[in-house]
Amino acid sequence: MSSIPGDLKYTKSHEWVRRGADGTLTMGITDHAQELMGEIVMVELPPQGGDLRAGDSTGVLEAVKTAEDFFAPVDGKVAEANAALESDPGLVNRDCYGEGWLIRIRPADASQFDALLTPAQYGEIAGE
Amino acid sequence: MDKETPLYSRHVALGAHIEPFAGYLMPIRYGSVIEEHLAVRRGVGVFDLSHMGEFRVRGKGAREFLDGLLTNNADVEPGKAFYSAMCYPDAGIVDDLIVYRLADDDYLMVVNASNIDKDWAWVTSHAGTCDVRITNESDETALVAIQGPKAQELASRLTTENLDAIAYYAQVQGKVAGCGAVIARTGYTGEDGFEFYVQAADAPAVWDAVMKAGQDFGIVPVGLAARDTLRLEVGYVLYGNDIDHSTSPLEAKLGWVVKLATDKDFVGRDVLRRQKEDGTSRLLVGLKVEGKGIIRHGTELYQGGRRVGVVTSGSMAPALNTAVGLGYVEKGLSKAGTALEADIRGRRIPVSVSKTPFYTAGTRR
Repeated sequence: MSSIPGDLKYTKSHEWVRRGADGTLTMGITDHAQELMGEIVMVELPPQGGDLRAGDSTGVLEAVKTAEDFFAPVDGKVAEANAALESDPGLVNRDCYGEGWLIRIRPADASQFDALLTPAQYGEIAGE
Repeated sequence: MDKETPLYSRHVALGAHIEPFAGYLMPIRYGSVIEEHLAVRRGVGVFDLSHMGEFRVRGKGAREFLDGLLTNNADVEPGKAFYSAMCYPDAGIVDDLIVYRLADDDYLMVVNASNIDKDWAWVTSHAGTCDVRITNESDETALVAIQGPKAQELASRLTTENLDAIAYYAQVQGKVAGCGAVIARTGYTGEDGFEFYVQAADAPAVWDAVMKAGQDFGIVPVGLAARDTLRLEVGYVLYGNDIDHSTSPLEAKLGWVVKLATDKDFVGRDVLRRQKEDGTSRLLVGLKVEGKGIIRHGTELYQGGRRVGVVTSGSMAPALNTAVGLGYVEKGLSKAGTALEADIRGRRIPVSVSKTPFYTAGTRR
């Protein structure tokens, strides 16, 4: 069974989102998603400062055999992309909720975060 | 409704990621694709390939029948096997296949799972007046393959056959783990290895024996994902990706299995002969990514802003730690070292035409 931490919000497209004390949001892909994809061998992240629109593709994860987009959970701007993934994309597999985060977001509208899926709602989508 | 192979319950018990492929529920990977791939390069891996199709062709006219249907020469010695294309009259490819000559008048054709129905209709419609009996044994036949530098040592624990006497692309009929089998030294990985064609009912016993004896060699079950990266690393084509009805074996650089020099007549010969004389407008080449990015099936290739080809297979190559692929490019751009660009999501990254195999340290190729 994959892990779904209780202190995060989620999307239907298998991203997790964490709100920091400064109001920025950190996102990554869920344990369920990384398990489905298998070893991530390359990550394509958006440039810092880039505009994000909720639901739009904002980057790509490449596994050995497949490539999958990931999607912005909210509107906003890219505050930071995880530079560590450039040299070690496997962090997404080994620590998807920690060192394997993808981007940090400066949200345009704080209320969009509250409307994301709860762990229980996501658990139903992930089939657990 | 997708079919299960006789080893389906083994894959479930091993926790495999199972997906429908060519009408069968197949193990795509058991755990890590990269580890499965490297196990075959360094030790030994076991594959369930029971989805493959098997047609038996028997009778006095078997050799003549196959020579009329296949691009390669069917007149090999009994006990030997060969790879071939099977073409339409327009030189497009019906399928690529391995054919084992079990005896003078007895051949086993092994075809791609995705093509079983189409091939069966094609093969049987060409029997005409030939003295042959053709049977579709796909459902009754299972295929367990062991591949890797340790494959022979492992096989020697499962059979009393003299394995040294089985050359590459040769086979014997004998016993594996007490079960009747065609034991063939063939494969699709670039490594030494054996393929055991057994009765479907015997497949679980053979699989279990392979897994048990394989423990001493660190055997790993290998899914279709690593099967694909293994074949790509050595530049083998895959039907449906790199070859199909719209491609000819000469375009796909399979000229070595197209016998035009002899008086052998076969379906597609006239068009192939013309193609050989005139050259084809495109050729399948190896591609190596020089920048950061992974080319995939459908990635378009450019040179100086002009579209010059398309990628038909592409992946990260686990034993090389770089991205490679196969693709068709315009005639004139097929020389190794030719610089091209691949369009990956709107970004142009440099790729170069490369000789195949990409991976050159394999134990068989």
